[in-house]
Parts: sequence; C-alpha cells; structure tokens
Amino acid sequence: MTSAVNTVRIGSGAGFAGDRIDSAVDLVRGGALDDLVLECLAERTIALAHSRRRVDPSRGYDLYAEERFRALLPEAIPRGVRILSNLGAANPLAAGRLAVQVAEDIGLACRVAVVTGDDVLALIDQEAPALEDGKPLSSHGQIVSANAYLGADSLLPGLRADADVVITGRVADPSLFVAPLIDRFGWDPADESMMAAATLAGHLLECGTQVSGGYFADPGYKSVPRLEAVGLPFADIARDGTMIIGKLDGTGGLIDRRTVREQLLYELGDPGAYTTPDVILDVYSVALGEVGPDRVHVSGAAGRRRPDELKVSVGYRAGFRGEAEISYAGLGCVDRARLAGEIVAERIRRSGIDPRIDLIGTLDAPNSMSHGECRLRVAAKTASSDHAQHITREVEALYLNGPAGGGGVRTTVTDVIGILSTFIDRNDVTPQTEILETS
Amino acid sequence: MRTVHLREIAHTRAGDKGDTAILSVFPLDDRHYGWLATHLTADRVKDYLADYISGEVTRYEVPSICGLQFVCTHALDGGVTTSLALDSHGKSLSSRLLGLRIAAPV
Repeated sequence: MTSAVNTVRIGSGAGFAGDRIDSAVDLVRGGALDDLVLECLAERTIALAHSRRRVDPSRGYDLYAEERFRALLPEAIPRGVRILSNLGAANPLAAGRLAVQVAEDIGLACRVAVVTGDDVLALIDQEAPALEDGKPLSSHGQIVSANAYLGADSLLPGLRADADVVITGRVADPSLFVAPLIDRFGWDPADESMMAAATLAGHLLECGTQVSGGYFADPGYKSVPRLEAVGLPFADIARDGTMIIGKLDGTGGLIDRRTVREQLLYELGDPGAYTTPDVILDVYSVALGEVGPDRVHVSGAAGRRRPDELKVSVGYRAGFRGEAEISYAGLGCVDRARLAGEIVAERIRRSGIDPRIDLIGTLDAPNSMSHGECRLRVAAKTASSDHAQHITREVEALYLNGPAGGGGVRTTVTDVIGILSTFIDRNDVTPQTEILETS
Repeated sequence: MRTVHLREIAHTRAGDKGDTAILSVFPLDDRHYGWLATHLTADRVKDYLADYISGEVTRYEVPSICGLQFVCTHALDGGVTTSLALDSHGKSLSSRLLGLRIAAPV
C-alpha cells in the first residue's frame, strides 16, 4: 500500500472464540482503526471444528462467526476498517461465503479473501514422533486433523487484492497482526527487527482485554476501574517498530505497566525465543513506559530469522470424559462429600475405571462452617461413551444410595479430542488465497 | 525472620502450552525485584506447587520489566485437552502461587 503512512492502528476485536462482541463494535465505532483482528482459534478449537465439518461439510468454522459478521461488517466496512480473522477454523471457505452472504443481506459491497493451505492432514507422516512424548503420532489414537501454523505471508495476497475481510484457518495468532503491518508499511518480511516489532504488537493484542484490565483484577491488591465495561485494546504502531498500547476513552478497564508486562510474558516459554512462522522474537530488551492514562509505550523487540519448519497441531480421538458433581452443605458437609467420593469411586472401580475425585467449595470458613458447602466432583477418561455415562450415573445414584443431604447433581459427557504437535517443512506447505465478492 | 504471602509483594499471571504451565511473577513495587529474584527460586515454586507440577521448573529472569518467568512442565495433568482437572488450563495456579510465604523484603 502507501509508503506515506507513519502510524498504523490495529484493534483487537476478539481474544478467543467465546469473546464478547459488544466491545468490538464499540472499538470499531470509536477507535479510528485501520485494521481489526479477531483471534478466535485455540489449539483445540480447530480439531473440534473438524469434527463439526465431518458431520456437516458446510460447517466447521467458528460457532459465533455469523453473529460477529452481522455485528461488525456494517460498522467496519463503511469506515474502511479491514477485518482479519482466523475464525475460518476448519472451513475458511465456508466462513468466507458466510461473510459474503451476511454482507449481501445487509446491502454492503464486500470483498473477502479466504486463505487455505493450513490443512496438512494428507501431508504429515502419522508415524512421526509427537513433540510432547516422542511416540508416533498415530499411537495416541485416530488422527482427525492436522493444521500447520501459517505465517503473515499467507495473508498478503488477500490484502494486496484490497480485500475488506481476510478469513483464515490455522495461522499463528500474531501473524494476523503482522500481515497488515507488512502491507501498510511496505516492510520486508525478511527484516527481522520489523517482524519482531510487529509480532510483539500481535502478541500483546492477540488476547483482547487481557492487556487492558481483563484477567487482572484482584480486589484489595490490583483494582481495575469499571471492569464490567472493559474496553478492547488497540496499538498505534509506528514505522520504526515502537508502539503505544491503548484503549478507547470512556471504556472500563486499565492499561498500565503491570497489565502490559503480564501480557508480555503470557504463555511465552523462553522469553528470548518466542517462535512464530515469521520470526523468533526476543523480549529481553523490551522497555515499557506509561505515557498517559491507559497508554503504554512499548519498544525494544529483537528478532532472529524465522524457522524453516512450521509447527503442526494434530488432533486425535482421545476417548470420552465423564464428569459429575453433587453438593453437600452444613455441618459435616466435607465428611459426607468425602464418604460419597469413597463409595462412588469403589462402585466405579468395579468396571475397571479409576476416577479422579475432587472436593470443591467452602472447605474452611469465611462464614461459619454451619453454612459451608462442599461439592464432590468425579471425573474419568473412558474408551467409550457408555463408560463415560456410567460415571455420571453412579454420581446421580448418590441421591438415594449415598450419604445424607446430597443435592444438585450436574453431569457432562464429552467427546475428547487430544492435541499433539509436530513439524513440517515450510516448503511442503502451500497457502492459497481465494477472493469472494458480493454480487 | 518475618514472612509474608507472596500476594503482599507480587502480582502473577498464568498461561499454558500443552502440558506446560507458565507462571509470570512481578513485584508490586519494582524496587523488590532483586529480593524476589533472590527468594523466589525455581525450587521454591516447584515445592510449593508440588501437588500440580510433576515435571521441572525453569526460571527465566527478565530484569527490563522486573519479570520472573517460571516454565513448569508436566503441570496440567497431560494437557488442557485431555486433563481431568476442573481448571484444565491451570489458570488458577497463578493465584495459588500467591499463597506461598516468602521472607518479607527489608
């Protein structure tokens, strides 16, 4: 794009699949954004999405995709705010078609770029060792999905085709932010300093409000004003790679040195080697400065050459999980919950399953123990859905066949998808872009 | 020696990667960073959270932001996707850690 730009403002419109939508609408309305990124894909989310796609080939994208498009397209497109999102999950093309359909429904002209090529199930060696334990991938269970983490380069063709919306599947979270910065500043993807700066911006924003006061408040120790109205963050990134993290005036939440540094180290292993498809980021020299209310200046990202291999997230069928809980209250509640746990465990062990037993609740008194409450939780992994049901039925049976005063049974049976990791040569992965348009 | 809960002098955040829990610790008052770095060792964290962490704890020091990063392997009952723990992400480990007693800064 233009090289005259000196600052780019990117907003975070979602930090996970279940994130709130209202605050993203506020940010687009009042934020004077250039780009809005919706990060909606955790490690396991995409494997679950593959399961949905197998049931219905027209599905497999984010469950809230339509709701997000309906709320955000009419705000973003007329303002020229581009949307980039990995909410395509296991079916980016279907999500792209959905975006076009929503735009047509509300009478907007819209160009959508769909990025595919992350699905590498047909390309991986299922006998290769899993990164987690060195055992062959296939030995863990039936493999149901394999998605490579694509980098920022995979989004560039769509941006250069002037797309209003870019939909991807598995892309490294920060890469969703790196791509528009490459595009708007004309940065060279081989420039490690700039890729490091852009990746740092992405890392700070990718979890939404976790940098602006969410996941932070601890009454009496760390106060956050008006957390109920916590605002999503944006970053003003300068051409030199420095940035200011901020949020809309009038929103709740907090951005200061503490919230930013908590997010800076969040989920980093070695702070000197945060590896993405775009760069290896080193945050050891990052400096933070409070430059105004809810404004923190960030500088000092360093980078090394991107890796030759891409990480692949592999989903496998890991059986079922049966979970159930029951409450006991008042004097002796802990003793009764413990007794219930012992007898239900013994009943379940007769079928060869060893359950996990937890006691949850008011175990010692903020109030007096006579008003205390304790919840017994029983959980087990099983090979079949029937066995998982058996766990939950034994807990339910405690109503009549357990200690006194058991109530409030809740049960859940979950089809468990496990996640493993492996690597694939970058040259074996070919990202593709398809452009869809409203008619 | 007077001790205090870690909560009185530090703030923490938890994250996860597979079966690894990542705990970030910062002083509430940056002047206490050196004190924290001396007293909050990897071994102390591993001992205090021994019920949860069955692997190793590696500590990284990031003095530019007064941060200590504890990377704890085999800490999430096999990983978030297959864990039987109620908090399968280990999100609450950061608050648990704040209950550790540490020598009061002088």
